[in-house]
Amino acid sequence: MAEFSIDRFVELYAERAAGMSASEVRALFAVASRPEIVSFAGGMPYVQALPPEDVLAVVADALDVHGSTILQYAGGQGHLSLRERLIPLMTDEGVEADPDEMVITTGAQQALDLIGKIFIDPGDLIAVEAPAYVGALTAFGVYQPRYLQIDLDADGMIVDQLEEALVRGERPKFVYTVPNFGNPAGVTMSLARRRQLVALCREAGIPIIEDNPYGLLRFEDDALPCLRSMDPENVIYLGTVSKVFSPGVRVGWALAEQSVVQHLVLAKEAADLCGSSFTMLVTERYFAGDRWRENLSTFVDLYRLRRDAMLEALPEHFPDDATWTQPAGGFYVWVTLPGWVDAQAMLAAAVERRVAYVPGTAFYPDGRGRNQMRLAFCYPTEERIREGIARLGSLLEDEEQLYRSLHP
Amino acid sequence: MRVAVIAGGRTPERDVSLRSGHRVSHALGEGGHDAWLVDPGEVPLVEALRERAPDICYLTLHGKEGEDGTVQRLLDLLQIPYTGTAPFDCEVAFDKVLAKDALVRAGVTTPGWVVVEGWALRDLGAGAALAMVTERVGLPCVVKPSRSGSALGVSFVERAPDLATAVMAALSFAGAAIVEAKVEGSELAVGLVGTPPEALPLVEIVPKSGVFDYASRYTAGATEYFAPARVPAEIAAACTEQALQAAEGLHLRDVARVDTIVDPGGTPWVLEVNVSPGMTETSLLPMAAQAAGWSLAELCERVLRSSGSP
Repeated sequence: MAEFSIDRFVELYAERAAGMSASEVRALFAVASRPEIVSFAGGMPYVQALPPEDVLAVVADALDVHGSTILQYAGGQGHLSLRERLIPLMTDEGVEADPDEMVITTGAQQALDLIGKIFIDPGDLIAVEAPAYVGALTAFGVYQPRYLQIDLDADGMIVDQLEEALVRGERPKFVYTVPNFGNPAGVTMSLARRRQLVALCREAGIPIIEDNPYGLLRFEDDALPCLRSMDPENVIYLGTVSKVFSPGVRVGWALAEQSVVQHLVLAKEAADLCGSSFTMLVTERYFAGDRWRENLSTFVDLYRLRRDAMLEALPEHFPDDATWTQPAGGFYVWVTLPGWVDAQAMLAAAVERRVAYVPGTAFYPDGRGRNQMRLAFCYPTEERIREGIARLGSLLEDEEQLYRSLHP
Repeated sequence: MRVAVIAGGRTPERDVSLRSGHRVSHALGEGGHDAWLVDPGEVPLVEALRERAPDICYLTLHGKEGEDGTVQRLLDLLQIPYTGTAPFDCEVAFDKVLAKDALVRAGVTTPGWVVVEGWALRDLGAGAALAMVTERVGLPCVVKPSRSGSALGVSFVERAPDLATAVMAALSFAGAAIVEAKVEGSELAVGLVGTPPEALPLVEIVPKSGVFDYASRYTAGATEYFAPARVPAEIAAACTEQALQAAEGLHLRDVARVDTIVDPGGTPWVLEVNVSPGMTETSLLPMAAQAAGWSLAELCERVLRSSGSP
């Protein structure tokens, strides 16, 4: 008799790896990436809008200006020339940054992992928005925290809920938020809420992690001040070039107080020694001229049209009792469907009808969000967006009929 | 032989199928065949088979189109031989609405069930009879899409009010749902190879979560397997007998897998049959073959040889 162990190391894995498992939703996404499917699932920037000659030019320029340095190791903090070059991406949103207070990471995603690494012990409480960016939940999740979930409304995080939790005696290690055009909800924290959150966290001595990947993708209105600009000492700011240049270069950064930066640099060196000199210095060259601003405005115009197409199509095709957010920028519309809908169960039928989305449950650590879905408008063209929303609408109509027939 | 291994496709089981296909194609190469992979999700199948004409197609497509007779009918038209069961028999085996009746007609013991059709709900007011479903099959019960694989869309229902939700979830994958009595016991998979099929040693499945669902199937380490199964010889024999009877009744050939469960009283129940069993590193049939002392290459070789026989 033989026991078949598919994985001979199964008894050796750490407890933190236990949460990593295959899932039906992943299996469906494997199909959703096919071209015939209108995918509202992935938040992929429309990088095709970048002229290839611009990209070639910056790569050549990087070799020209930086020479063999681009093939060498870098310091753990990342190239100073790049850190200096990224500062204007923050000053546009009111953040004053010192290159010494920055550490370059492999996308802002690595910064989330490093923050988890330096702050979270198993069982620690951390505060997150509900719904929250799924990549942050998976990055932090490895360090086995408990979650304090703070609901969102049209003005962003409902800070009163955090305050009530603090009054109850809860003490989260940090508060994580995406205040501008958040992922997945697409909502923006109002100025009043920003002030309230910053004051509350300052008084309680709880650091805020401000993740701002979408801030420059603003379609209308004036920018609100970043949390970091309101309290530089207590806010760790995360930035990325993924949405304004390319996610392929994997360049993000954290901006924080010196002591935090030191911890992050040590953690970064322990993880991967340093980022890629090649992509760091190509990125440095990309932001050297003014061309990036022109390209950014092309991106913004393109995404605005796509947002408009989605917001126009939704009321035409979705049930009357569905609601959705009105993003003023970014990539996402967050839809709340009638309570009887199970968006996760419905995904297979959606893929069968050649349209895909991310079920809401992915964005809560506790299984909530069954009747919610995230729709990314960044990638499909306007025509495809209208087609995809129509397909989803007709599916929802059929599902409602089915639901009624099961509950006569 | 020149063998086109057909894998991938456009179903949710695409990734699983590709993993199966890569392993089979590699194993056939080891066995001295000229084997290559064709993914109908990436290239038009007919053109690809005309461009590089194979002697035979080894089918490792999973799910609809691969297991319901569609690709088999196309290959019949193209006059290219292929491994596995004939189109009509595939259609019966893959569609649980048909397969359950076919099993009963073949004298096979299978858990009691009720079919809930999407159109009967929409057009005939079948929802009003839903309470009778749980009365008929009892609780707990298992709700499955009529046509799907890898346990996709399957849920377990403990309480009658949860049935409607489970039926809706299953109907997301197929036009009908099967509501089946849940049999508790040891899960045993019977691998079948050859024509007429011969049974391989049984594989016992012990999912750590208690449920052999999608995550338990495809997460390495989430399930323990024992081959041969840790059951008395007479129970193994009874179980094998049921599987062979199912194979005969459903006219399965070349390669198949029959999933069974043995209740505490020792009665084997046939849950379902698979005409395109998984060949991934976490799949049951290769494990059964290994328990029989066969390499993956030998398993594939036997399947190929069987498909040449009448």
